[in-house]
Amino acid sequence: MTLVLDIFSIIAICAGTFFFFAGTVGLLRFPDSLSRLHALTKADNVGLGLIVLGLLPLTESLLASLKLVATWALIQLASATTAQLIARALRRSGQVP
Amino acid sequence: MSILQALDIGLAVLVLAVAAWTIFAREAFAAVVAFVAYGLLLSLVWVRLFAVDVALTEAAIGSGVTGVLLIGAAGRLRQAKKSAASEQPSKPLRVWAFVLCVLVTLALAVVVLSLPDPAPTLAPEAAQNLAGTGLGNPITGVLLAFRSFDTMLEKVVLVLAVVGVWSLASDRYWGGAPGTSRSAEPEGTRALLAQLLPPLGILIGVHIVWVGADEPGGAFQGGAILAAMWMITMMARLTEMPPISSVWLRLALISGPAVFVAIGVAGIAMAGGFFAYPAGFAKPLILFIEGFMTLSIAVTLPILVGGPPQRLPRR
Amino acid sequence: MTDFLLSSAGFILFTVAVGLVRILGGPTNADRVMATQLLGTGGITSLLLVATATGVRGVDDVALGLALLAAFAAIAFVDNAAAPEPDDGEGANDR
Repeated sequence: MTLVLDIFSIIAICAGTFFFFAGTVGLLRFPDSLSRLHALTKADNVGLGLIVLGLLPLTESLLASLKLVATWALIQLASATTAQLIARALRRSGQVP
Repeated sequence: MSILQALDIGLAVLVLAVAAWTIFAREAFAAVVAFVAYGLLLSLVWVRLFAVDVALTEAAIGSGVTGVLLIGAAGRLRQAKKSAASEQPSKPLRVWAFVLCVLVTLALAVVVLSLPDPAPTLAPEAAQNLAGTGLGNPITGVLLAFRSFDTMLEKVVLVLAVVGVWSLASDRYWGGAPGTSRSAEPEGTRALLAQLLPPLGILIGVHIVWVGADEPGGAFQGGAILAAMWMITMMARLTEMPPISSVWLRLALISGPAVFVAIGVAGIAMAGGFFAYPAGFAKPLILFIEGFMTLSIAVTLPILVGGPPQRLPRR
Repeated sequence: MTDFLLSSAGFILFTVAVGLVRILGGPTNADRVMATQLLGTGGITSLLLVATATGVRGVDDVALGLALLAAFAAIAFVDNAAAPEPDDGEGANDR
């Protein structure tokens, strides 16, 4: 059982790391600020979610797992909204046609 | 070289690189963003040094509140740019400042590296006497039991800082509210965040204060998170900064140090010494003090960020 | 498992570093505000991985606090990013 959970953790964390890598590649290669913002907020969040999923079997108590999930939910909410705010600021500064 | 060592070296190089960027950035805004990044990475370093309380404080205050303070200052400086241009420090002065900083860094490095091994410390004594206070977190024990006098003085310093900031007001604004009166309607996206985050934030902040007795946490960190939540509602224009003449504001500001000093003085009668706790009552008293300290910090930090009053007082 | 967690943390820190280099020099200030997002997600991820690998306790609270403060810093910075002259009514444009 522990072996299965460990393999699950490893797969989830690998997937999460891949999404972080993809997000950074997007950050480097996308031509304008809005696409970079998109790459950053969406891909990195999925990466965080997968890594949190992978860390859940490794936590010590139910409260710790709940806190991990709460962290992820908080980041989802916060980054979605701040992506909106940043995009508006970009539009105001003339970056967007 | 193990993976942990490689990680540590990579982290150290990253922190140094971001610090260098902060110093050499062309614009104030870029420097402040780099400074906040530096603070967040530094909290990672503190976790590597097994100092989780310090990591929490670094994240909350070093990056959070100080970052907002600096960005507000950078914004005001930008408006005063023309008159400030003539006050830029000259090149020789900057070179001398650089040399002085390098010398101080080298001196600190030499001192730290030449400490005897193991370094002189009171940690074993503190750990042994911790059980008498009823606390499980040695840092809270040091802050609020063994060296409570220092902590009380720190809270008084915060009140003095508020007095200093308020004294920058011009006479006609005295008693008014800080901040210029810009658009007063709540904006959509910010209002959403300001309605969803503070309830969670208040829960998390209070949890961190409560759990600080036995696990990493404490009044300062929890208070900083509560302060950040209040500032979010103010930035979304859902609430306003209170005028500095308001009575509840002033009471909240002084309640922390006042309660602290009162309990310290009461210790003379009840436990035989200034700032001594009666046996068996230490933990409830400490939690009582921490509650008021949290209130004071949560009110003080936004006041400091808000600045001196810039609106006319209402009659 | 510990080595795996640490290598993942190291790799993610590396992506954060590369991302920071790209963002901090970004053309406008609004780009630079994205650094708070990058550090918020990437920093918290490496924090959680390192803490699980080295057995440090209480880091879940640090992660929660960091999540809140990253949002808070982003709001504060965006307020100041695209407002060269904040008193001429520019804030009314995005209603």
